[in-house]
Amino acid sequence: MIHSLFLVNASGDIFLEKHWKSVVSRSVCDYFFEALERATEPENVPPVISTPHHYLINVLRHRIYFVAVIQSEVPPLFVIEFLHRVVDTFQDYFGVCTEAAIKDNVVVVYELLEEMLDNGFPLATESNILKELIKPPTILRTVVNTITGSTNVGEQLPTGQLSVVPWRRTGVKYTNNEAYFDVIEEIDAIIDKSGSTITAEIQGVIDACVKLTGMPDLTLSFMNPRLLDDVSFHPCVRFKRWEAERILSFIPPDGNFRLLSYHVSSQNLVAIPVYVKHNISFREGSSQGRFELTLGPKQTMGKAVESVLVSSQLPRGVLNANLNPSQGTYTFDPVTKLLSWDVGKINPQKLPSLKGSMSLQAGASKPDENPTINIQLKIQQLAISGLKVNRLDMYGEKYKPFKGIKYMTKAGKFQVRT
Amino acid sequence: MLGMSANSVSYNDQGSVESGVDAAQENSSIPGSISSSSGAAFSLFSADYKKNEDLKEMLESSKESLKLEAMKRIVGLIAKGKNASELFPAVVKNVASKNIELKKLVYVYLVRYAEEQQDLALLSISTFQRALKDPNQLIRASALRVLSSIRVPIIVPIMMLAIKEAATDLSPYVRKTAAHAIQKLYSLDPDQKEHLIEVIEKLLKDKSTLVAGSVVMAFEEVCPDRIDLIHKNYRKLCNLLVDVEEWGQVVIIHMLTRYARTQFVSPWKEDAVFDENSEKAFYDSEEERKVEQSNLYIMDPDHRLLLRNTKPLLQSRNTAVVMAVSQLYWHLAPKHELNIITKSLVRLLRSHREVQYVVLQNIATMSIQRKGMFEPFMKSFYVRSTDATHIKTLKLEILTNLANEANISTILREFQTYVKSQDKAFAAATIQAIGRCATNISEVTDTCLNGLVLLLSNRDETVVAESVVVIKKLLQTQPSQHSDIIKHMAKLFDNITVPMARASILWLMGEYCEHVPKIAPDVLRKMAKTFTNEEDIVKLQIVNLAAKLYLTNSKQTKLLTQYILNLGKYDQNYDIRDRTRFIRQLIVPNEKSGALSKYARRILMAPKPAPVLQSAFKDRDRFQLGTLSHTLNTQASGYLELSDWPAVAPDQSVRNVEVVEPVKEAGAPALRKSKPAKSHEKFYSDSEEEEEEEEEKEGSSSEDSSNSSSEESASESESEENSGDSNRSSSSQSEKSSSESDSEKKKKTLKNKKLQQQKPDSKDRKQKNGNAVKVESRSESESGSESSSSESSSESGSELDSDSDSGTDQKKNTKPKPVQSKAVIKQVEKKEVSLLDLDDFSPAPVTTPKSSILSPNLLSDLQGLLISPTTSALQASFPVFVPETSHELLHRMTGKGLSGQYRFTRQPCIYGNSMVSLQLTLSNSSDQALENIHISEKSSTGQNIHRFNAIERLEPQASVTVSMGIDFNDSTQAANFQLCTKEDEFSVSIQPAVGELLLPITMSEADFTKEQGKLVGMNESSATITMTPENLSSQSVNRKVVSVANIGVIPSSQENIYRFAGKTVSSGSLVLVSVALKDPDAVITINTEKTVMSSMLLRQFKTALTNSSP
Repeated sequence: MIHSLFLVNASGDIFLEKHWKSVVSRSVCDYFFEALERATEPENVPPVISTPHHYLINVLRHRIYFVAVIQSEVPPLFVIEFLHRVVDTFQDYFGVCTEAAIKDNVVVVYELLEEMLDNGFPLATESNILKELIKPPTILRTVVNTITGSTNVGEQLPTGQLSVVPWRRTGVKYTNNEAYFDVIEEIDAIIDKSGSTITAEIQGVIDACVKLTGMPDLTLSFMNPRLLDDVSFHPCVRFKRWEAERILSFIPPDGNFRLLSYHVSSQNLVAIPVYVKHNISFREGSSQGRFELTLGPKQTMGKAVESVLVSSQLPRGVLNANLNPSQGTYTFDPVTKLLSWDVGKINPQKLPSLKGSMSLQAGASKPDENPTINIQLKIQQLAISGLKVNRLDMYGEKYKPFKGIKYMTKAGKFQVRT
Repeated sequence: MLGMSANSVSYNDQGSVESGVDAAQENSSIPGSISSSSGAAFSLFSADYKKNEDLKEMLESSKESLKLEAMKRIVGLIAKGKNASELFPAVVKNVASKNIELKKLVYVYLVRYAEEQQDLALLSISTFQRALKDPNQLIRASALRVLSSIRVPIIVPIMMLAIKEAATDLSPYVRKTAAHAIQKLYSLDPDQKEHLIEVIEKLLKDKSTLVAGSVVMAFEEVCPDRIDLIHKNYRKLCNLLVDVEEWGQVVIIHMLTRYARTQFVSPWKEDAVFDENSEKAFYDSEEERKVEQSNLYIMDPDHRLLLRNTKPLLQSRNTAVVMAVSQLYWHLAPKHELNIITKSLVRLLRSHREVQYVVLQNIATMSIQRKGMFEPFMKSFYVRSTDATHIKTLKLEILTNLANEANISTILREFQTYVKSQDKAFAAATIQAIGRCATNISEVTDTCLNGLVLLLSNRDETVVAESVVVIKKLLQTQPSQHSDIIKHMAKLFDNITVPMARASILWLMGEYCEHVPKIAPDVLRKMAKTFTNEEDIVKLQIVNLAAKLYLTNSKQTKLLTQYILNLGKYDQNYDIRDRTRFIRQLIVPNEKSGALSKYARRILMAPKPAPVLQSAFKDRDRFQLGTLSHTLNTQASGYLELSDWPAVAPDQSVRNVEVVEPVKEAGAPALRKSKPAKSHEKFYSDSEEEEEEEEEKEGSSSEDSSNSSSEESASESESEENSGDSNRSSSSQSEKSSSESDSEKKKKTLKNKKLQQQKPDSKDRKQKNGNAVKVESRSESESGSESSSSESSSESGSELDSDSDSGTDQKKNTKPKPVQSKAVIKQVEKKEVSLLDLDDFSPAPVTTPKSSILSPNLLSDLQGLLISPTTSALQASFPVFVPETSHELLHRMTGKGLSGQYRFTRQPCIYGNSMVSLQLTLSNSSDQALENIHISEKSSTGQNIHRFNAIERLEPQASVTVSMGIDFNDSTQAANFQLCTKEDEFSVSIQPAVGELLLPITMSEADFTKEQGKLVGMNESSATITMTPENLSSQSVNRKVVSVANIGVIPSSQENIYRFAGKTVSSGSLVLVSVALKDPDAVITINTEKTVMSSMLLRQFKTALTNSSP
């Protein structure tokens, strides 16, 4: 399966390599660098590259390419999914997954990679199991270890490896027992020039942070489970129970995890929380273009729209933009031609707007296409699909946990064509 | 290498020192860097050498913490790809350390360098051997992991021993490690294969979910062809699957996909209705029951088990698992169950970019074969400006694949946005996609062409060049109809500056100068003026154009041509001079040119084949979906081919295990006797034979023999189970064997050919069935690829079989009747409903004749009674088949509570001869009554519409059915009109399928041939398709054809030729369809004046007849 792994940073240097079978020369990455050079954008590197003797499968996360070397047929998604799991684990351990963090913790990284794969086949990828084998580095632990000489490597086989609930470690103890669930929904939409919705859909996830003692067995039920059209679960969720009763029943992993991701059935009309009035025009022959953008709340169920960020890739011919925001700040990068406007909160009484002019390259012809506008936003305390958690019950343990549910709506891939 | 030294001076320098020191030594990990860095490093030599000593000293010190620190730094070196091999002796001493972290780091080091330092590595072996006996399972496991990772050939026997021991360890974790070690040992020494297979066999029996994934992985790597090892574990693997860890799931699913393709018969038969009941009895499943029909395919319960147990995994969070299940369904599930994977695949598109890339590729392949799967999710494939280019092109590919008559306008509108994209590579790809849509969907060819012509004035060179190329291709396929576009391009010519585009236009002019006889010379005249200022590529085409015009129209262009040839003669570019000289010799006859000029016309005006515009994913399905090979579109090393379905299912009793599963008895015992006798016999002999084989191979063990004896009893109960529900299953068995013979045919052995001639008989004349079955079962045993000893035994089994079958034949003859009569009743009922609102119209026959039941003669007789003959030859007849599907007119959400559905009644319209009659069902789902529902007078778009009388009041939750007529004017253009209530107006549209624009007629076969003779040449279009075997029966051909189009069946005296006739509703033009079966191909011919219609019809027939689902 996975033969070797190379980590490549944004400037094209290999800063870490790990081999699970016999060593593969790092010159194999030359094929990857070739593809990297050919790609105009970092994202355009093909995820699967064929070389005479190997196949390279790479993922790009946090501006680091994780390049896996494969020697024979394997489902590419298998490798891709695994690489992403590696990144998630790093993030889980070090808080961030950057080149610096990986270099600082190179020993832990190595120990982790050693545990995650055996002979190129995934061995332990559950975060709960890994954390028992290799304790995440903390400042306190480092200090203690240097004084006492103890290690942060576990001596016993994690109990999870053998149990029927491999995702949960045993012997968990907390003084404050708490379980928090975040229902986060994202709206993906394409809005056309005239403001009508071309496509819109809602995707949601329920992220959980569970800190409960012992082996709690939780059930979570919804007021309106029918909204959930297509779901995918954390392995802990009992599928049969969901099929039969539409109830989520599970023994949770310890700590943070994604319980469920779902898609809201497309029959329901999607409420679009904001509207955009725009007037972006270039005149033939003139070196000036006009830029006007106004945002307003639309269907927000009375909640405030916050953390609004508008970004747009302006045409290549634009040299500079001289704009005037009614609120927030804007930046324009003349090199990448990326305009971004940090709007903040939308005040329905005084709608935020961004107006001004763009200067075009002298003599350049009028751009064919108007830029698309990407919008990010947040609405607190609202799940836009109307999904509501009915109740959360715990069985199997005696204590009374503290429970909390939070709702949030965000814009996912929300684009306005102009 | 050097770039990195800035980040970490100390380590890097040290590495380069080593490379200096070890320059002679083989150093595979950092080639190239040695020479570049060693020179610079020598100045620091002394200091760094000390540092290396430092590490050695630290390792040799007595302090654990110092050792640990040293090891951490060494691991840092390894991670950077530096050579730390010279520390090997110092490191290896610490292998027995008590500190577990230190020990682990030493392991890391050992595994990395053992291959290079084999002798020293041997020092550590004894430590591992000791650790293998440690009471702590983690230590045992990690010792085995490291031991097996040390790639030193000398220790192969030790590894083998360790693996064998670990395979029987009490801890499943250690056993899992043993499974991994198998692969490692195999790659180190392939000669160990036989021994390793023994271990794999043992581990496959393991019941732990932890082991399952790893051992299957080992199986795939070491002996993927030993399918026989899986049999006994198949059901266990299926049942464990949900609980196996996700990575193991992927591997197991892929393996089981391959397995199933060798063990089960294809479920992709036409009319196959899946008999869940026998299986239900067996497994007591909760799945919903399916309607029984006469034509049965019984899915092997094990096949069903696999499908059912993998289905929940579609909900996995692991994208690889979801993809694996999807490909399993794609390759194994009956076509009508395929749709459940769609949603999950679309969900994966929300994942990371790389996941999207792979999933989109797979969807692209699927969407070519099965548009319907993804059409409802079309919008999920809309391109966003933030997508990476390869994602965009894949989405475009899928959208193009999904395009059909109904959604093409939406897709084209979307494409218009893409053409303007700043990403020019993507814009160019879009233009090609438009070109493909234009060729695939004839209705929009003109629209697309016009759109592309507009793009010619685009400023971007890539866009223009691409459009010209695509236009060129499009025109090449049908030049005659588009002379006006060529003219238009000629007009635009002056404004186009891109040389490539200009050249392409000139080429078109020359190629089709006969279609634009007036313009071409004029263009040449203009070009003669500007010749000297043109780019080379344009000049070449000017010369080309001149030559072609000279040949076709020398009167007008002779002088011009000579002028241009003269200009070319003195051109600066030698290519152009050469070309000019060549052309002159070729076209202007003189004594030197000799014979060549005679052929000038044939050389220059040779018909050029039109380029084919087709999907790049067209032949990707030769690879198993979800594999690396599929992604790369080349066979990756180690790719395991997915075999074709076996024609005959291999013995299924091999999967029986000692533990007899709880079996419920079902079915009437009386009829069970015959069938089990056969299967029992067969199973018996097979298992015996297997036993023999086993004995031969490895000497029978006592376990084996006990296996097979208990297996016998199990197989008996199993076969009883199979016979299941008395007559149904026995009839289906015989059906199955006949279908087996269908696929058998493909093999076309000489013997079989002879037998085939009897085959059609066996289908029609049931009395002969027994004989036929006997013959077939003999061929079955031939192809069974069993050893010769089994042949005789299975043959004797089939003898028995034939006897029993003749018994069941009568059942089969009687059985279809009630079912069909039921169908008739159902149709009559349906008719009555539709008649309710057609007050003064009652032409409906009491029994709607279904061609398959009533003889065609009777059919025409009946019609003769009911309708006064219009012409002698052409009689309007009644629809053979009325589809019940209704289409949505207005959704209740958009209609503010008012919803509407329409369906085509396929009856002659009472409102006008040229109208298509429709039935409209309007319902009110709001909580208020709706008043005055009518169709607005003003709004219709060209079509003549007969409106229904306004509905005064529609109560909440009530619905009303009305009929209306629309004159579509024989085109599939949608009729748009306004549906009004008292308060609101909703614009709605009705898009007719082309088959609905026809009315059936009946005529004699002689008349049919006569009319067909009149409609030849341009009016005839035909296509050859490969029929799926299940489509071959006359009933299914008839049904498929009449379900697509409202046409009548013409009695045919020839076998294997089916004829249908209809006329267009509006103009009454004849539409004659004939389907000639030439096994396994079929030729569909359509004769009609309406060429547009015929091409659309042809396409729909093609899909209907090649699709296996009903």
